[in-house]
Amino acid sequence: MTDYLLSSATELVAALEAGETTSVELTTLFLDRIAAVDGAVNAFLHVDREGALAQATASDERRAAGNPASALDGVPIAVKDVLATEGLPTTCGSKMLEGWIPPYDATVVARLKQAGLPILGKTNMDEFAMGSSTEHSAYGPTHNPWDLDRIPGGSGGGSAAAVAAFEAPLAIGTDTGGSIRQPGAVTGTVGVKPTYGGVSRYGLVAMANSLDQAGPVSRTVLDSALLHEVIGGHDPHDSTSIDQPVGALVEAARQGAGGDLSGLRVGVIKELGGDGYQPGVLARFQESLDLLVAAGAEVVEVSCPSFVHALAAYYLIMPSEASSNLAKFDAMRYGLRVVPEAAENGTQPSAEDVMRASRDAGFGDEVKRRIILGTYALSSGYYDAYYGQAQKVRTLISRDFDAAFEKADVLVSPTAPTTAFKLGEKLDDPVAMYLNDLATIPANLAGVPGISLPSGLADEDGLPAGFQVLAPALADDRLYRVGAALETLLEKKWGGPLLAQAPTLDGASA
Amino acid sequence: MSTDTLLSFEESLEKFDPAMGLEVHVELNTNTKMFCGCPAVFGGEPNTQVCPTCLGLPGAMPAVNAKAVESAMRIGLALNCEIAEWCRFARKNYFYPDMPKNFQTSQYDEPIAFEGYLDVELESGEIVRIDIERAHMEEDTGKSLHVGGATGRIHGADHSLVDYNRAGIPLIEIVTKPIMGSREKAPEIAKAYVAQLRELIVALGVSDARMDQGSIRADVNLSLAPIGTGELGTRTETKNVNSLRSVERAVRYEMQRHAAILSAGDAILQETRHWHEDTGITTSGRPKSDADDYRYFPEPDLVPVAPSREWVEELKGTLPELPREKRARLQKDWGFSDLEMRDTIGAGAFGLVEETIAAGAAPQAARKWWLSELARRANDTGTDIAELGVTPADVAAVQALVDAGSLNDKLARQVFDGLVAGEGTPEEIVAARGLAIVSDEGALGSAVDKAIAENPDVAEKIRDGKVAAAGALIGAVMKEMRGQADAGRVRELILEKLT
Amino acid sequence: MPEISRDEVAHLADLARIDLSDAELDQIAPQLSVILESIASINEVASDDIPPTSHALPLTNVFRDDVVVPGLTAEQALAMAPESEQQRFSVPRILGEE
Repeated sequence: MTDYLLSSATELVAALEAGETTSVELTTLFLDRIAAVDGAVNAFLHVDREGALAQATASDERRAAGNPASALDGVPIAVKDVLATEGLPTTCGSKMLEGWIPPYDATVVARLKQAGLPILGKTNMDEFAMGSSTEHSAYGPTHNPWDLDRIPGGSGGGSAAAVAAFEAPLAIGTDTGGSIRQPGAVTGTVGVKPTYGGVSRYGLVAMANSLDQAGPVSRTVLDSALLHEVIGGHDPHDSTSIDQPVGALVEAARQGAGGDLSGLRVGVIKELGGDGYQPGVLARFQESLDLLVAAGAEVVEVSCPSFVHALAAYYLIMPSEASSNLAKFDAMRYGLRVVPEAAENGTQPSAEDVMRASRDAGFGDEVKRRIILGTYALSSGYYDAYYGQAQKVRTLISRDFDAAFEKADVLVSPTAPTTAFKLGEKLDDPVAMYLNDLATIPANLAGVPGISLPSGLADEDGLPAGFQVLAPALADDRLYRVGAALETLLEKKWGGPLLAQAPTLDGASA
Repeated sequence: MSTDTLLSFEESLEKFDPAMGLEVHVELNTNTKMFCGCPAVFGGEPNTQVCPTCLGLPGAMPAVNAKAVESAMRIGLALNCEIAEWCRFARKNYFYPDMPKNFQTSQYDEPIAFEGYLDVELESGEIVRIDIERAHMEEDTGKSLHVGGATGRIHGADHSLVDYNRAGIPLIEIVTKPIMGSREKAPEIAKAYVAQLRELIVALGVSDARMDQGSIRADVNLSLAPIGTGELGTRTETKNVNSLRSVERAVRYEMQRHAAILSAGDAILQETRHWHEDTGITTSGRPKSDADDYRYFPEPDLVPVAPSREWVEELKGTLPELPREKRARLQKDWGFSDLEMRDTIGAGAFGLVEETIAAGAAPQAARKWWLSELARRANDTGTDIAELGVTPADVAAVQALVDAGSLNDKLARQVFDGLVAGEGTPEEIVAARGLAIVSDEGALGSAVDKAIAENPDVAEKIRDGKVAAAGALIGAVMKEMRGQADAGRVRELILEKLT
Repeated sequence: MPEISRDEVAHLADLARIDLSDAELDQIAPQLSVILESIASINEVASDDIPPTSHALPLTNVFRDDVVVPGLTAEQALAMAPESEQQRFSVPRILGEE
């Protein structure tokens, strides 16, 4: 029975199909696991036991009638709290939205429901997805299941930790500068940022609209492919969504798992490695690269000279868009309202006064920093020098990608420069925190897809490191082919999934 | 309310040259809002025409209404504008409670239409070309109700109640280039421009174009410069100018107010002013300041609009005849003199007369009713002639009854009384008020007999050939019939009986 | 790259409608300076002939048909409002007209 906790979603589907278990049984199992360990992990902000079980019951009925709604019907899932869920609290990790219950579903959530995946609850995150450690959540940090004193990455630390701690077989994350891939790397899980426009952003509470992308979080590459096919595809509610079929991602993953990469050209990005990267992370990266070569791939070095400016461009575009997106949180229509005291002469506070007080009380430090930074970058007199210039850097980065993809079918790098650091270690140094996203940000700026999968444990600290694969826009299938191949080869080497080596958390108290 | 010092209009012109800029917002009559599928209709219970997008809920996204883009392009083409090959929406960031996202999705430096003109005809027949800088797409805001305080106005209210039904309704903002050299004609030019722009919008069928309901709203930018210098002075922007008459008055008022300030050696404060229809003055709104740093940037949730030249050409084919050309054609068709035509337009009744004629009335009859009878009533009650509650179809129906001999002019006036009072259709009013002419020859015959019997001396004169005396008998018969007789037929009967 | 002053941060906070305390201003101003310094290089990168990219994929003309779709009821719209009255969102007094 407990085996199902450790099973991949693919294995759970097989068990459901074989009639060996039911969705209600599985959903209950994960809900109980959440109850047992989440006190220590804090991956969930809200658990919807009743709703999940109702969805599981409906799923079992469909399956019993021989009519499952999708390839993942009945497999429970956790959803990052940045996606609107009708009737379920959606806080984005902020005090500003404490208790907010949306009257509508994000398209991704609607598709999960349609496909029959019971939603276990909403996962913790850096406030409004601003952070790389989940320490900026107003509801306390999420702890890395590999070491509870360490960060699970961010902003989607809750989704990654939930999957790593076996609290859910699958989760949804969102990635603006690495918020799916970097948590994946530091928790030993798989995370995919699809091509920009590949998955609808409707209902995703935007941080940076031109960079945000929702995607799968899982324990295996094939599971991500299955989930990606469920949530992907055109949505008329999102004008930036691509009007093309998602592609045969599951097929690509199954093919890749065969382990043959003959003829594949793998480009190693010169600028993403070396200085600033932890030796153990680099060692695992090289090891993975060698496995790809052994599987028949040809490795070439590519240079993307503009990538050194990616972080700067990102920290102008993202806060600029965020400063405007977060203006709607003004205490007028929903969310926190803080009414300051009346003036001494008895004058009641104005709408303006209430907005100012509520935004001061409702937003955390990192959010305020980014709003101020974005307001600055968009201000008249600075627009051309900052936002305008950053948009040009995007062009240069896209050109670098184009040139690199002439030479290689996929590009690879370590996902994050280091393994998980200690909680609190970088909290007072925003710039050091931002460096975590060095390797993941270029993909967001150019809109290309990327996957992070575990490459092993770093020798220094025994913590997971991540291997990133990037593909050209709309070629998400390549991520799955290469990712699944590498996963197969690595697991052969490890003698099983990396997460089998993670602490069981059995001693953790709820 | 402040009381501004004003210089006389004449004196202001002796010292200064006015420069104007007019910004007109046109609310489109699309089925749905600019960026969501909520109905874009006037009225409706508060907050019933809303969705996550137009309420600015977290996560919601905009999607552009194709019809609104098409209407914007048609307006641009009708104003002789270039249509952008590629343009974008932009966010205009500022905080205001009736704006759900605290940014307005608008267009900034890439409008859909730009560089056009409208030739405007003044009362004298002179044509003035108004250069159009741009026409761009944007969305409307919600509406606030100010509660508490004595006036119901924003000042003194203790809180406000916001309805977002209007939020997101498509607007086209049409901006002129500075209008220079208009001198004493500035107020008239401003009014004529807005009036003829409104006609154009009506002809295009893209808006209800009701100034009283705010579906067309004009902002008047005005500045004065010392006469002859050709400079541009500090401007004020007067908002909330919601009738054609007010456009003219607001320009005149601001010219006189600016002139007084400048003459006293003081400086004009660059600010927003509010027009008060009731008192005919402007009051200070809010000064332009750093708060006007709108931090525009391209709307990242939308993709560029790049109309193909084929689409633009296709839309050119849908443009209606220009109002001015149409007026010339119709004047000829109707046989109106220049004076009659000018009066019709001046009374704001051109469209009404046109529709009345289209509904079957003879041109002169249509003109007569609107310009004499209905214009007088509008004037007496201070109502816009179009808002009297009398439609062109009503007028045509009344005239049809006159033509059929069922009504005479005097009875017809009573029908109009009934229409203004909202008593129903002309037919219903005729029935309810018992106004129809009695065509019962028997009743008429006895009334004539009675009149002859009661006025033997008059009857005698007629028998003697003094036919002109019949008027006295006709009057008596009409009195007997309480006006409900055809005077011509009465005359015929009297003469039949007495000659 | 100009160092960002405390006054400038106060002005930006005002534009962004955030009532920062003195302590917050003291903390944020130097942090922003460091961040701005770290992104200063952006100014030297791209020349004038490089076009800006606002979206990774060059889509154009994505439109919606002008057809009404059901939205929210007033009850749903107002459910999360801090205060409501007469089926409207109740907000504190508004200082000036826009």
